[in-house]
Amino acid sequence: MVPVKEIVIEALSAPPRTGKRRQVAVRRAHRRWTGLLILVATLLLALLASVAFGSKSLTPGEVWNALGNPGGTAEADVIVHALRLPRTVLALVAGVALGVAGALMQGHTRNPIADPVILGLSAGAGMWVVGAVFLLGVTDLYGYVWFAFLGAAMAALLVHFVGSLTRGGATPVTLALAGAASHALFTAITAGMVIFDRQALDTYRFWTVGAVNGRPLEFTAQLLPFIVLGLLLAAYNAPGLNALSLGEDVARTLGVRVGATRTVGMAAITLLTGAAVAACGPIGFVGLVATHIARHFTGPDYRWVLAYAGLLGGTLVLVADVLGRVVARPGELQVGIMLALIGAPVFIQLVRRRKPVRL
Amino acid sequence: MSPAPAAREAAAEPPAEPGRPDAAGHRPVKERSAVPRVPGRTPVRLGPLSAVWRPRTVLVPCAIALALCAAVVLNTGRGDFPLSPGDVLQALLGTADGVAELVVWELRLPRSVVGALVGASLGLAGAILQGIARNPLASPDILGITAGAGVGAVSVIVFAGANGAAGGLVGDVGIPTAAVTGGLAAALLVYVLAVRQGISGYRVLLVGVGVNAALTSVLSWLLVKADIVDAGRALIWLNGSLNGTNWDIAAPAAWALTLLLPAALLLSLQFGALAFDEDTARGLGVRMTGARAALLLTAVLLTAVATAATGPIAFVALACPQLALRLLRTGHPPLFASALLGAAVTVWADFLGRTLISGVELPVGIFTAALGAPYLLYLLVRSGKARTS
Repeated sequence: MVPVKEIVIEALSAPPRTGKRRQVAVRRAHRRWTGLLILVATLLLALLASVAFGSKSLTPGEVWNALGNPGGTAEADVIVHALRLPRTVLALVAGVALGVAGALMQGHTRNPIADPVILGLSAGAGMWVVGAVFLLGVTDLYGYVWFAFLGAAMAALLVHFVGSLTRGGATPVTLALAGAASHALFTAITAGMVIFDRQALDTYRFWTVGAVNGRPLEFTAQLLPFIVLGLLLAAYNAPGLNALSLGEDVARTLGVRVGATRTVGMAAITLLTGAAVAACGPIGFVGLVATHIARHFTGPDYRWVLAYAGLLGGTLVLVADVLGRVVARPGELQVGIMLALIGAPVFIQLVRRRKPVRL
Repeated sequence: MSPAPAAREAAAEPPAEPGRPDAAGHRPVKERSAVPRVPGRTPVRLGPLSAVWRPRTVLVPCAIALALCAAVVLNTGRGDFPLSPGDVLQALLGTADGVAELVVWELRLPRSVVGALVGASLGLAGAILQGIARNPLASPDILGITAGAGVGAVSVIVFAGANGAAGGLVGDVGIPTAAVTGGLAAALLVYVLAVRQGISGYRVLLVGVGVNAALTSVLSWLLVKADIVDAGRALIWLNGSLNGTNWDIAAPAAWALTLLLPAALLLSLQFGALAFDEDTARGLGVRMTGARAALLLTAVLLTAVATAATGPIAFVALACPQLALRLLRTGHPPLFASALLGAAVTVWADFLGRTLISGVELPVGIFTAALGAPYLLYLLVRSGKARTS
């Protein structure tokens, strides 16, 4: 039996191209690789900027010295290692996770406005955070991070459970609506608790804007395995997702196991979003914007969309974080707020300029 | 719970529809007459209009209307001076004593009426938007209209609260005005950004999501900047509350609904065609841009007025059209039934929010979601993959 993946690839690729058509295909492949390189370069620049800029700006030389000198006691060394590096790493990891999760979510729901944060996961996390504060009296970040993770996982399980109970398995519409319904349910329960308890409200209103500062490196390291596993699952899921975007019936005829593919996709979304939301709070809109920009450049192939969306997600969160530090000096604007403020105009411009693609 | 009787009814009715095409796609042909007929579907024709007679499209709205009436009577009886449903009915008919009549007409009834009006407006607006955008996730909440109203109202709460001086006056007069202004401004922004050689429902939706994200982040920023007391007040407004409603609040919502509901129903005659893609609809002779713009404007006005009356009531606009669609088993969200269902869900949510936990009045917006979400999940599980919109 020929492996499923090869059948799918064969079905997705056009008949052999010759002459001018072949040139076009080759040029497109070149363009995708070039785009990927440009994205990596931009991401590196954003990383450098994130370490260098802040309420005290450092020169590249100082940054370089500090990076090679972990135990240093000079002012620049302390700033880099205690403050800038941890938040840079966290912004990168969370951004990549949310970007990839957004692309997966849009692929599985076939809905262009799907986003892990719209579809219930972050609301589930928020409910458990507030529950931990309200019922158990947990007050510090380390206390409620695991509650957030648990909440996101529970919300994803609920959405997937509803999908799998449905006759014929989870369809894009069921997933999208189940997500929206659980988002509303969890938000309502959260609001119900927050209205009774001022302490919970105070925690919740700062948690819910999303932030990457104040989390040490060890904290990110604890969540990293989940994100790595999620990214691997996402990569494994991409060919199946390509087949699914032809429609479930076509995918099934091509030999794709639709239920299994959806389950793997949901697992990846859960791990990625759960870890990112637990670490930084619900940073909305990254997944949405990153996926749309990615699709703008790559076309419909999810193997490329996922890679682009991940890189773009990381860059977006880093840039938003840096700008949030720069515009409100010496204070700062939370990354979640900044992200929507700069992401929305870019996104709208993109939507305006382009003929819409149906998913 | 309000929609439950309708659901039981739905389950009782035999699902077999002989007019449905069989597995191979052939329709069973039994008879030929001058007018082509689909067996099992009785056509109703009136001049140029034509529809299929389906008992479900009449019975389900009737059941919802009954549930709405029950909710209004129960909700009106509830309060510090409890009245039995019988007393309430007598007062409504004008045969009760003076005190009961005063309590019912002046104090209690406005609350239920405002709830019903706002719920109906939101349900209708949601059905219109979901029909135009052909997306089950479309709703005024996602298009930024609600967020715009929220930014308007919360900035009044926060800035007036911090200054202190203007608090009382601004609290009474300023919030609804600011909410309407904010909502309309957001809608205008979405429209200006989305219009480009005609309106595509798809582009409106995506631009709306963008505008919504930006406005929501402004809202979070306001909440973070605010004093904790103001943040609490803002949160209560943001969850939608029917506390302190009176006939003055009901009036604008009533006017909006009386004018816009017939308009929407009239415009909706083209609704079936809007559910196809652009080219097909244009081929059928529908003026897409005009029809869409008029329907959008209707939805925006309904949402803005409703939000100004009570604050944003979550989830009604998203869930009620989807619930109505599944209860009536239609192809696109039914407008009138969505409006009725919105009213019923909102009044029931208000009643339960005031009854379930004694001594505490939860904002109605919390219970609309707590009621609507599980029911929508249940319907999703039950109705399977047949529905695609």
